[in-house]
Order: sequence, then structure tokens, then C-alpha cells
Amino acid sequence: MNWLLTHLDEVGGLMVTHAVLSVIPLVIGLVVAVPLGWLAWRYRLLRTPLVAGTGLLYTIPSLALFILMPLVLGTGILDPLNVVVALSVYTVALLVRTVADGLASVPDEVLQAATAMGIGPLRRFFGVQLPLAVPVIAAGLRVAAVSNVSIVSVAALLGIAQLGSLFTDGFARNFLDPIIVGIVACMVLALALDLAILAVSRAVTPWLRVGSPA
Amino acid sequence: MIRFTDVTKVYPGGTVAVGGLSLRAPSGKITVLVGPSGCGKTTSLRMINRMIEPTSGTIEIDGRDTSGLEPNELRRGIGYVIQSGGLFPHRTILDNIATVPLLLGWDRRRARARAHELLERVGLAPELGRRYPNQLSGGQQQRVGVARALAADPPVMLMDEPFSAVDPVVREQLQDEFLRLQADIGKTIVFVTHDIDEAIKLGDQVAVLRVGGTLAQLAAPADLLADPADDFVADFLGRDRGYRGLAFTEAPALPVTREPTVRLGAGADEARRVAAGEEWLLVVDADGAPAGWVRPSALVAPVGPDDLHRGGTVARVGGSLRAALDAALSAPSRRGVLADDDGRLVGTVRAQDVLAEIEREPSEAAS
Repeated sequence: MNWLLTHLDEVGGLMVTHAVLSVIPLVIGLVVAVPLGWLAWRYRLLRTPLVAGTGLLYTIPSLALFILMPLVLGTGILDPLNVVVALSVYTVALLVRTVADGLASVPDEVLQAATAMGIGPLRRFFGVQLPLAVPVIAAGLRVAAVSNVSIVSVAALLGIAQLGSLFTDGFARNFLDPIIVGIVACMVLALALDLAILAVSRAVTPWLRVGSPA
Repeated sequence: MIRFTDVTKVYPGGTVAVGGLSLRAPSGKITVLVGPSGCGKTTSLRMINRMIEPTSGTIEIDGRDTSGLEPNELRRGIGYVIQSGGLFPHRTILDNIATVPLLLGWDRRRARARAHELLERVGLAPELGRRYPNQLSGGQQQRVGVARALAADPPVMLMDEPFSAVDPVVREQLQDEFLRLQADIGKTIVFVTHDIDEAIKLGDQVAVLRVGGTLAQLAAPADLLADPADDFVADFLGRDRGYRGLAFTEAPALPVTREPTVRLGAGADEARRVAAGEEWLLVVDADGAPAGWVRPSALVAPVGPDDLHRGGTVARVGGSLRAALDAALSAPSRRGVLADDDGRLVGTVRAQDVLAEIEREPSEAAS
């Protein structure tokens, strides 16, 4: 406990970096997964290659991906961009299927009605289909958020400072306190992100929390 | 007027959904497309607003070929109602109704005012406007669907089985309201249903389609019942065609008999005295509306609601021959109860008198 109190600033700083490294890929991954998920939903033939193909990305070990990134991106090994891009890849891997499922969960007659009223395809997608897919997409996003928080810590092995650094530090010094603090901080961060996504998802879907007719 | 000229829809793979359909849906009238599944009725409907493109043939609305119009522009000028309303679950009732006006660039205030007006028009309380669709019953959602289709006051409405997802009682209510509404607004309506009774009730003209999307017969409902073009149409119309056809013949002045009555709550002795030996006596409520028949000989206490035989239907004076005949046939006394437009008792009519009128009327088939 004493260790935490004397290193509060340091842990706080690591936590912020950790959060940023988790959240930015989450946003990038979502933005990439939406069009891919739409393609998978819209074209039956593309569904299997897209969903299975992106899903396979998730099986690449994170350490390997972090090391591979500088070769692909031409970045330095310590560049946080490596982590951001790698985690974006994982997020896409988790979200393409979710987005496709979410879009498919929207009742066909609702989309038909939108078309019949003269709502163009783009407006129909962003105004009708995507909002109605939010509950399903948010569920996938929560999984991706927690997964990101966990995977980011691996980047400590490359020397990119975040909560994972507490593990390498504690391990190197054979000192348990920073490891425990790191685990708890990761859990808190994951929980906070999870709750934040849940809260946003609920805030943008008010129609789901109203009673049925008496 | 909507005019189909030799319209064909062939799906990839060779399935012919619509095969050379030509018909006109006159302005201000309800044209019902009816037929078994696979007869292309929904496909035909959706070709009007170009949700489905015809393989060949032309569809014109008021003389303009729809294939030359921008699809979204075209659709904003055509109301569209589907089963369960197809409402947007994530938008409030008012926002649902205001969809097309907002697409057309109305300002929000005007669109909302219009939505309020329509909510009232279809018989829904204003406070429902702030709710979401899943807070409404099926019948209410269906009304919202109609209101939404009417929002920008389009001259043409397409309705695809709009009333088939609600229970029979609500369906009948919605149909009656719909007819009253149409009497006011006089839209050019194309209505799809698989239910021949609905077609006959709602249509100014009914197009019976057969599998493969060809027109078997296009006629006014009474003519359809009286003179089906072939066995397919006759089979599709089903039984009791003669009886159902009477629904389209307004009853002439029938010989009405004044009926002795007692009020609900009258004593047993009074009932027996008024009945003067007749087995059945008609009971009216405080407003003079027929309440039901009672058997005075069986009374032990004043006439209560539980004593009433309620099997008899009530026909309106000036209603159809079918209603008058049914009133006579359904009454335990065989005296058919007639009421005025306010529901007050006028008198009774006997089946033989209704039948005499039917025989006097020239048959539709002969005309």
C-alpha cells in the first residue's frame, strides 16, 4: 500500500497512457469495422471472407504483432503508433461480425418503410439502421474495450510505458506491490470503459427503456 | 390515376412474379389487389413506387411515366403503409409521422404541427405523440402508420396488408375508420390484401390476381360477387356469394312493424303484460337503443342485463339488404331489429319482407 501512495503520480500517468492506448484503437477499429460490417451484411458472398478473415487477425499473438508493426509501418520500435495500429486491428477483428450482426438485427420492414418514404441509402443507414444496431454493436464494443486494456499491457515488453510497465518492473525487481497495483488498475480501467460504453449506449437508445403498452 | 400497361416482372432465375399486367387505379378511389400468395400483388404494388423495377411495361401516375422520375422524389409523393406500420422504433410517434415532411424540407415547427393534426385525425390522443412505437398497441401503431403515410398529403397511397397483423375486432374497427377517412380525403389508393372479405369491404374496385401475376378479373365488389369471370375467381371469392352480395344493395323502404318494448329494469309483470302472449319481447335501454330480447314467461324479477338474449344483430334503416336480412335471421323472435343512425329503435322487419324486396330488386348478374 505504501508503494502505491509514494508512486501515485507515476501510476496515474501510466493509467492515462494505458487508457489512451486502449481507447484510440477502439474508435479507429469501430470506424473501420462499420463499413466492413456493412459490406458483410449487404453482400452475402462477402460475409464469410470478411467475418472469418478479420476474425483470424485476432489469432495473431499480440507480441508478434507489436514487433511486426515497425516493419510494416516503418516506425521505431518504441513508437506508440505500433500499439495503436495493432490494437485497431484486433478491434476490427472483434467488431466486423458484431457490426454485421447488429445491422442484420434491424427488422427488414423498418428498412423497407424507410426506402418507401424516399429516405436515401446514406440517410437510411445513418439515420435508421445504425442507430437501431447500437445495442448489438455496443455489446461487441464492450468486449473489444476490455480486450484492448488487457492487450496493451503486453506492449510493456517492448518498453512502451503504460500499466504493463508495472508488471515488468515488479518482475525485474522481484517486487510484488507494483504488479498488484498494475492488475487492480487494469481492472478498474477495464470496468470504467465498460461502464462508459454501456452508459453511452443507453443514452442513445432511450426507446429501449420505455414500458410496453398496458 | 395510376395506369399499368403490360407490366411484367421476371426475377433472375426466371420466376415470373407479374405477367403482363394492365390495369387502372382511378383517382380518388380504392383499388384492391387481391389473390393467393405468389400472385404478384405486393410486387405490383412496389413497382408503383419503384422499390421494385419492372422488367418491361410502363407504370404511369397521372400520365407521367414513373421510370423517368427520381425514385426518392417519387416515393416522397406516395404514402406507404405496411403491416404493423413499419414504424421506426427509435423515433417518437410525432417524429415518425413527421418523417416525410422533414425530408421535403418543411421546418420543424410546421412538421410537428402537421404530425399533431394527423395524430388527432387517426383518432389517437395527443399525449401518445411523445411515446415510442413499442409503447403503443398494434392497432394504435397501425393508425400511426396511416398518419405517417398521410403526413405530406400525397395524392397516392400504397397499402400492403396494413390491417392483417391485428386481431379481428381491431381490424374491423381500423377498416371502418379507414373508409371514413378516405371518404374525407379521397386519395388514390392501391391496397394489397390476401383477404377477399377485406377486398370486398374496402375496394371501390377489386383486381383478383392469379399466381404468375395475371389479372383474373377487375370489377366492383358487387359485380365480382354477382358475376365471377371464371372458376378461379368464383373459388377465390368463396361461399355465400349471394348473401354477401346483398351487402352492396341498399335496403329500400322495408315494411317496418312497431315493436312493443320495455325498458331495462321493468318489472316481470309489466313485461308479460306488454308482450301480450308473444314468446319474445324487445328490451331497450334508457336511450331507446335496442338492448336485446327477453322471454317474459321466464322472468322472476325485473328485467336485468343477464336476462337478455344478445344473439340478434341490429340493422340500420337505409343500410344494406344483407344487414336487414341478418337482423331478422339472428333475432330469436325472427323479427329483425332496425335502428336509426343514432342507434335508437325504429321497429322490426321480417325475413320474408326482406326476401320479397330482394326478389323485386333486379339481380346484379342480370343487369
